[in-house]
Amino acid sequence: MLKRALRAAGLAAACGVAFWGQPSRAGDDTIKIGYIDPFSGPNAAGGDAILKQLQFIVDYIDNKGGPLGKKFELVTFDDKQQPAEALIALKSITDQHIPFVMSCVGSNIGAALINAVNKHNERNPDNRVLLLNCGQLATELTNEQCSFWHFRFPGNVAMRAVGRIKSLPKTVKTVYLLNQDYLFGQSIEHDTKKYLAEYRPDIKIAADEFIPLMQVKDFTPYIAKIKASGAQSLLTSNYGPDLNLLIKAGVDSGLNIRYDTYLGHTIGAVRAIDGYGDGRLTSVMEDHENIPVEEHNAEAEEFFKKWRATHDFMFFYVPGLTQFEMMTRAINTAGSTDAVKVALALEGMHQKDLFGADNIMRKEDHQLLMPYYEAVLTKNVKYDVEKTGLGWKTEYKTTVADETLPTTCKMKRPAS
Amino acid sequence: MQILLGSLLNGLIYGMLLFMLASGLTLIFSMMGVLNFAHASIYMLGAYFAYDVSRYISFWAGLIIAPLACGLIGAAIEVWGLRRCHRSGHAAELLFTFGLVFIIQRLVMMVWGTLPVPYQVPGSLNFTLFALYGQNFPAYRGFMLLVSAGMLLTTWLVLKKTRIGLIIQAALTHPNMVAALGHDVPLVFTIVFAGGCALAGLAGVIGGNYFTTDSGMADALGPIVFVVVVFGGLGSLVGCFIASITMGLVQTFAVTANGSISSLFAPLGFDLGGDTLLGEILTLPIARIGPLLPYILMILILFFRPRGLMGTRDA
Amino acid sequence: MSDATRPRDSALIANRRRFQGLRAASPWLAVLAVAVLLPWLFYDYAHGRQNSFMISMFSQMGMMVIFALAFNMLMGEAGLMSFGHAAFFGFGGYCVAHFLNAAAEGDFPVPLELMPLAAGLSGLALAIVFGSLATKQRSTAFAMITFGIGQLMATAALMFQHFFGGESGVSTDRQSTYSLLGIDYAQGLEVYYLIVAWALIAALGMHYLTGTPLGRMVNACRDNHERAQFMGYNPRMVRFLQFALSGFFAGTGGGLYAITYEIVTYDAVNLPLSGNALLMAYIGGVGTFTGPVLGAVLITAMQSGVSLMSNSWVIYVGTLFIVMVTFAPAGLTGIIKAHAPLARAGRLGRLVVPYLRLTTPGLMVVLGFVCLVEMLSFLTIGAAEGKKFNVLGLSPDLHASPPWLIVAACLSIGAIWLRREARLFHRVWDTLMADLGPAGNR
Repeated sequence: MLKRALRAAGLAAACGVAFWGQPSRAGDDTIKIGYIDPFSGPNAAGGDAILKQLQFIVDYIDNKGGPLGKKFELVTFDDKQQPAEALIALKSITDQHIPFVMSCVGSNIGAALINAVNKHNERNPDNRVLLLNCGQLATELTNEQCSFWHFRFPGNVAMRAVGRIKSLPKTVKTVYLLNQDYLFGQSIEHDTKKYLAEYRPDIKIAADEFIPLMQVKDFTPYIAKIKASGAQSLLTSNYGPDLNLLIKAGVDSGLNIRYDTYLGHTIGAVRAIDGYGDGRLTSVMEDHENIPVEEHNAEAEEFFKKWRATHDFMFFYVPGLTQFEMMTRAINTAGSTDAVKVALALEGMHQKDLFGADNIMRKEDHQLLMPYYEAVLTKNVKYDVEKTGLGWKTEYKTTVADETLPTTCKMKRPAS
Repeated sequence: MQILLGSLLNGLIYGMLLFMLASGLTLIFSMMGVLNFAHASIYMLGAYFAYDVSRYISFWAGLIIAPLACGLIGAAIEVWGLRRCHRSGHAAELLFTFGLVFIIQRLVMMVWGTLPVPYQVPGSLNFTLFALYGQNFPAYRGFMLLVSAGMLLTTWLVLKKTRIGLIIQAALTHPNMVAALGHDVPLVFTIVFAGGCALAGLAGVIGGNYFTTDSGMADALGPIVFVVVVFGGLGSLVGCFIASITMGLVQTFAVTANGSISSLFAPLGFDLGGDTLLGEILTLPIARIGPLLPYILMILILFFRPRGLMGTRDA
Repeated sequence: MSDATRPRDSALIANRRRFQGLRAASPWLAVLAVAVLLPWLFYDYAHGRQNSFMISMFSQMGMMVIFALAFNMLMGEAGLMSFGHAAFFGFGGYCVAHFLNAAAEGDFPVPLELMPLAAGLSGLALAIVFGSLATKQRSTAFAMITFGIGQLMATAALMFQHFFGGESGVSTDRQSTYSLLGIDYAQGLEVYYLIVAWALIAALGMHYLTGTPLGRMVNACRDNHERAQFMGYNPRMVRFLQFALSGFFAGTGGGLYAITYEIVTYDAVNLPLSGNALLMAYIGGVGTFTGPVLGAVLITAMQSGVSLMSNSWVIYVGTLFIVMVTFAPAGLTGIIKAHAPLARAGRLGRLVVPYLRLTTPGLMVVLGFVCLVEMLSFLTIGAAEGKKFNVLGLSPDLHASPPWLIVAACLSIGAIWLRREARLFHRVWDTLMADLGPAGNR
């Protein structure tokens, strides 16, 4: 009797909460996009930053005229950086017949979502969704794990590696590789070595080091090893505390080296380093706020100025703008939000990005091809980053042709 | 030789940093017999308070104010929270501090935002002290070393040489007898808890601008500090000190070690590599798993000696 | 009754025994009925479709019920806090993912219904290995050893590609192996019923264990370690066996996880999941068998449901946890059990009015607190994210004072009132309890 009462109580509680938690049904006047990212827990900063940029982009597009005369609407879901939660959120999205799913943080989430979307679309042909990847970089997602339903808008690891290696100056003869010991870091290490052999066979790799993710607090011993190796460039894909502490330790020790990073431009990094990186820190990125000044592009400069008026971090997600512009055109061409029609319209599409470069959504693997900028953090630029007085200045730009890399994708296309 | 000396120095300094964090925790652990999970969260609060104070007043003011604030918060937690849990046993106290971790983290995100804050080393300390084998040694590290040594000395002096220290020591091992003798034992507990939190806050002030200050700080440093405290043992500040230095040295030397388990066997002619899971484990260089060695050490020592290295009390 | 062999009486006894059996089984049957009917409560009758979000949440609840019960085998039954229990859950999951992939190749023809058993055996194997390390000690040393094991496992899962698949984990397809019942498990509902079946089996198993000599000795070792040793039992062996069996059941839950989500990643072995088990068991009540079940259901609902509405769900969970630990360390079931003597004496009715009197100030405090947290969170985080603050159809301007004053008033008045009512309630409670007599008819 007691146990029955307990069960009833628990059930009532669950029902109560679940009832409140029932999300509303899809409306007819907006095109909804389910956006899954971490908004609580240690990675909340990532989700938070990207959401702000996406909201800015959506407002911009809606003002210019959204798809089919309607506005885009972002419906957010917190996955707490766990694939299981992301999959539950996906269920909620498909329940509400939201046609698009978007996710940016964590390639493990990306892998889980690709699998889940494939299976869902196969088992529910009347309620298909498209998966828009806005930040999960592992190359596998458009190689071994590629899917007809998945479109990736930022460049993958291999593309960034090309940009990274090609931009190394001729004076660099020895490099030291330092990466985080998990799939992303290992992927970067693999591609870095591959493209070093291809484009810069003159460079010697002094060492190839891995550190456990987010565990190392004191980088001084690593700095000692780097110094002993005599390398001119430290190639690292570290991010977050692993990057900030590494650079701080390096500068404190007086290490005279280039910090050639992959993710040095991500949010919080510059502020954490604060002044220590002047002239030394470089990174490969899709955009930075001084590009319009260098390329004399007034419209792009206006875009960034509007962003800076209300936000205190750099707008780093220009592919997002390209993404929404392409989505608008694809939906208009398809005449509806039907997944297959929109996907067919999206693949192979050419779109000019904010800086006027021609981006291509490749049909073979659904990877967006775009140029990459390698920039150095320095003082004498018009727009600084995170109010530190330092900003990015382009040193090298790759072309779309450079970034068109071979793919091993064998995409299964749907019958209808 | 150069690597050896350099690693020794780095290891010692890192160990002192760990001790700074762990000293407050070991006091509380010794008193309550329960790990204060929220210790790293108080450390985080100390860093954020110091950031705010150093923005409006100065770093040196922050050095005084932030630990005091943390001490007050600690006292509040003890009086209104932990005292009630005390009668429910150790598990309840542990879980109470566990719940605090969540709340403090979200509160920090709400008040200061999700991004790291630019809490910086003060200009007066931002220079190079000396150079050793071509590597600069920043003055701020020396300052951190001084403060940790000062912490150790002060705590030891207070505990061993003052009257209140005597009462605290007695209350740690025989609370009921001390109460029977007429001392206000609950007050003693509150003082110790507040003191531990103040030490954590001080560690935050010193460490926050050295290791970046963001809402993930507590998660990053919490585990290793717990390991150090448990390794060092209950009721022993000296044990905590030895444990911190040991962990610091182990982690530092592991980074410079280039061997792996399979390389140990290579001269004997065994090839232990291979494209399997076992092969992966055996060929892993020690440097890659350096930061995990403290956990392995802790498991080993607890297996043989549940009191930890120099513990005077069983858990 | 001197002669119990009289025909009429033996029939009565037999009937009584059957009736007692039925009585003992009735809670289980009731729970089973509820679990089976649950998805149909949320069925979308208009469109003829299941609500897959709710089914996902219920599936998650089922898995967590098994995990929390397995965790409580150590925490509640043995008095051992295991901070690395997710290692067994996740390991069972990884193993099943590999087994399913092997089944797709034709190497491992085990039907899907028996895969959780395979997962359980994997969990058992790992628990035997780790248990021999961990159970040498008890109490804090045990907790810290399991903590260390958990951390090592979590980092290994990220570092080693072969077994753990690194960051992207191991994906699988539950349709790669055949089914004993001929179901293709394409629909979430079918997977949910599989989980219900296994949750029932696991719960029955764990419940049965509590009545065995091992189960009793585990309790004895928890309650009085020295005395158990004096009686001749080896507490270490007892702990070790309990640890191994607990790992078995945790692995079973992990296997179901792999089957449901068809992907297992490193967050299935890491510290937050172990912490979740602790949370669920504790809030539900570690002293009873059903406590973890209740805790699992409630916490899963909060995490999935509340997080849809608010990003500050962490604060609510943390606060609930702290409140429970401080005021009700026996958990929700502990609270309910405390009413048992009164119910038996028929005096429960006397508490109705005091409870009612507690409701309004209680609601005020909860509402005030929630509003305060949400408003603060909106001001500092939500506003910049482009969200809008709506409550009951109104959009108050949070930069002005009125909303804050209202909330502050609600909270403080509610708190003061609640304190008064709580004192009155305690008085009534103590009086009722004292009336029951010194033994309390407990």
